[in-house]
Amino acid sequence: MDKRYIAEDRFAIERRMHPFRRSPGVGRPVSPDTLGDPLFQWFSTAVALGVVGLLVLITVILSLAAQDSIRTFGLGFLTGNVWNPVPPLVFGAVPFVYGTLVTSALALLFGVPISLGIAIFLSELSPPWLRIPLTYVVELLAAVPSVVYGLWGIFVLGPVMRVSVEPVVQDIFGFLPIFQGNPIGTDKFTAGVILAIMIIPTISAVSREALLAVPDNQREAALSLGATRWETTRVAVLRYARAGIFGAIILGLGRAVGETMAVTMTIGNRNAISVSLFDQGQTIASWIANNFLNATDPLELSALIELGLVLMLMSLVINVFARLMLGRVLRRGEGAA
Amino acid sequence: MAAKIRTEKVSAWYGPKKAIEDITLDFEEQAVSAIIGPSGCGKSTLIRCLNRMHETIPKARVEGKVLLSGEDIYGLPAVTVRRRIGMVFQKANPFPTMSIYENVAAGLRLNGERNRDRLDTAVLESLKQAALWDEVKDSLEKSGASLSGGQQQRLCIARALAVRPEVLLMDEPCAALDPIATAKIEDLIFDLKKDYTVVIVTHNMQQAARVAETTAFMYLGHLIEVGPTRELFERPKETLTESYITGRFG
Amino acid sequence: MTFRFDRDTRRRWKDLAMNVAAFLCVVLALIPLGSLLFEASVRGLRSITPSFFTLTTANGGIGNAIQGTLILIALTAVIALPVGILTGIYLAEYGKNPVGAAVRFFVDVMTQIPSIVVGIFAFSLILELGAAGIVDKRLVFSTTTGVIALSTIMIPFVARTSEEALRLVPISTRESALALGIPRYRAILRVVLPSSSSAVITGALLGIARVGGETAPLLMTCLGSPFWWQGLDQPCESLPHTIYVFALGPDSALNQAAWGASLILVLMMLGIAIVSRVVIRLRSVSR
Repeated sequence: MDKRYIAEDRFAIERRMHPFRRSPGVGRPVSPDTLGDPLFQWFSTAVALGVVGLLVLITVILSLAAQDSIRTFGLGFLTGNVWNPVPPLVFGAVPFVYGTLVTSALALLFGVPISLGIAIFLSELSPPWLRIPLTYVVELLAAVPSVVYGLWGIFVLGPVMRVSVEPVVQDIFGFLPIFQGNPIGTDKFTAGVILAIMIIPTISAVSREALLAVPDNQREAALSLGATRWETTRVAVLRYARAGIFGAIILGLGRAVGETMAVTMTIGNRNAISVSLFDQGQTIASWIANNFLNATDPLELSALIELGLVLMLMSLVINVFARLMLGRVLRRGEGAA
Repeated sequence: MAAKIRTEKVSAWYGPKKAIEDITLDFEEQAVSAIIGPSGCGKSTLIRCLNRMHETIPKARVEGKVLLSGEDIYGLPAVTVRRRIGMVFQKANPFPTMSIYENVAAGLRLNGERNRDRLDTAVLESLKQAALWDEVKDSLEKSGASLSGGQQQRLCIARALAVRPEVLLMDEPCAALDPIATAKIEDLIFDLKKDYTVVIVTHNMQQAARVAETTAFMYLGHLIEVGPTRELFERPKETLTESYITGRFG
Repeated sequence: MTFRFDRDTRRRWKDLAMNVAAFLCVVLALIPLGSLLFEASVRGLRSITPSFFTLTTANGGIGNAIQGTLILIALTAVIALPVGILTGIYLAEYGKNPVGAAVRFFVDVMTQIPSIVVGIFAFSLILELGAAGIVDKRLVFSTTTGVIALSTIMIPFVARTSEEALRLVPISTRESALALGIPRYRAILRVVLPSSSSAVITGALLGIARVGGETAPLLMTCLGSPFWWQGLDQPCESLPHTIYVFALGPDSALNQAAWGASLILVLMMLGIAIVSRVVIRLRSVSR
């Protein structure tokens, strides 16, 4: 914009030159742009549908690449617990599914209480000046790449687990089969702890949103009855937001199930089903990461891809479930607002 | 006087819900017409049908004819209609990322006008017409959001005028303003009718009485009564109108 | 003197205890972050010398890894940003119908596909296309395949963040633009999109940070390479991959180089995260 053009003087000249009120139509651009709208709508719709097509393509390509394995083993792939890459070739997914479930369960066990504490603190209890900086810092946990967590897991967390944490846990709970054996620090327990750290930002952020969606009149109602802040949180807020919190936890589970690098680097990667958490193990993702490039037989590659397909289906089911829970909360939140 | 806009049996729906039914009404040229009625009576829906803004709401639907100088606007491209019939909303809504100048120029610019002289002239004239020029002439490059509520609303009026519409629709333009800002806008409306056909929706009966030549009263989606403003207020023909203007409901 | 430990006192103590417990959760979560940043700084700084940036990974540097990561990020952004933002525009502006809801649902689902699965997808896609004779089979392990994988991760992410950004723009802004007789697409591109630009930029930056730190999908697509970048049809090194290989490497010099590379990567990612916060701040203040 140029001020020179809109000086008072210019206006005076302008007025003398032209009658003040122009008749409608003069000085207006001529042809109405009627083509742009449908074109743009078509184009953006096509792009969006293309993105959905990408999801279809992923499913089709993975199924295609895994078809050798699917044809050879059928349902036996899902029930077999042997992975034998030398003849006779037999591939089964059970040990990996087991490892994935165990580490994810550990991650939830450690991660959920802490995440909920964070969410409650940040949305209900924190003094306002602390709220924003702490929210940012917790979010930074999610900005650290997985492989860096893995590095930290190998050289910092692993030794700490081996020397300090695991022996103490064994002293107290050693009578349980899950805490027997020789703690080595690269095992399912450590992988579970790393996963817990990695899912904390997801769970705490989404449940914080669920807590923030609770209308203030719920809090006021409890406070006006003489409830303390914690009682208000427990009675009015948490109960109101429970579906959203549940959705947040399931979303965290989805993240833990698919996490690859940090687990691969800390779990020890041994193909065996063992009860003790202090034993090495493997997850679907870690097994793929470790063996994908070493697969010698095309059938093994195909089986690894089928393993990937299983992982995708697992995380899809988990996430669809989480979305359904969260969708309900969101709708209710909108209705209340 | 001739009718600038004429609605013929206009009905409008939001999804399955019928908001207005069979409204037939004339709006006179170079005059101010007011539509009054309790909230939810469909007055905002009606005014939004006049420049095809109603249909921007998903699942909304209109039937009937709206004639602009005898031409059915539903037979014209919507963008053309909206350029000929401008609109000012209840809440002042200047474009947040644009300066005052850019806000006023937006309508022309985004319709393809690039000639700087014409843009400058339009900005000048519109700001003058909206009685805002003296207050903003030294801060044209500042954000529109930096103005006060009343100034923002006049900026929105200037923005609508810059496109040189024939008709100006105002949907409760003073609802969010204090009495002083309201008085300024009302003065402005009074001046605008020299050049424009103005249709104003208001729930404030005094406002209708102050600015409008003609007033229409709506209730539950129906047009109850229309007539010269003084007559409608002093000698209403319908009992419903009378109960409303005497404050028995509202 | 006796303490009257009545119900109200107990309730107040419980309130205080829960406050403290919740705060401790925050502290507990920040310990790993602090430890990680501390270790990366202490151990990483030791390996950072000028030659660390100029040598290739074959010679103990990370120059080619930084180069590769920047190239991967740039190519991914060029593909994923327009596609993602357009999808976001569709979802926010044209998606208020059953089709839009379905698209939103599937895009949501896509953001949650494990990244290693996306790697397998890119690998298999090129493998199948190669088997069909459409592309050269050697393209399986190449920068191109890596970019396909990373774009597949970034597109749905950017689509959702930009949709949410556009939804923050009040309806009244759209209405006032339409009421001026501006065609809808121009109102979207010239009024609505600029109004939400800071949030869109934030989403884009977070998407870049997300793919920039990905390792798993690169394991079976870009692989890694001891050389400087050699072209779209050749394997390509990347910082996360370097960290992985160096971390599992046998000698402690490599391990230390892994920390150095981590420090650089973390600084890049945290830098992006912090910059995106600042973008939001500055934009909202200037208004």
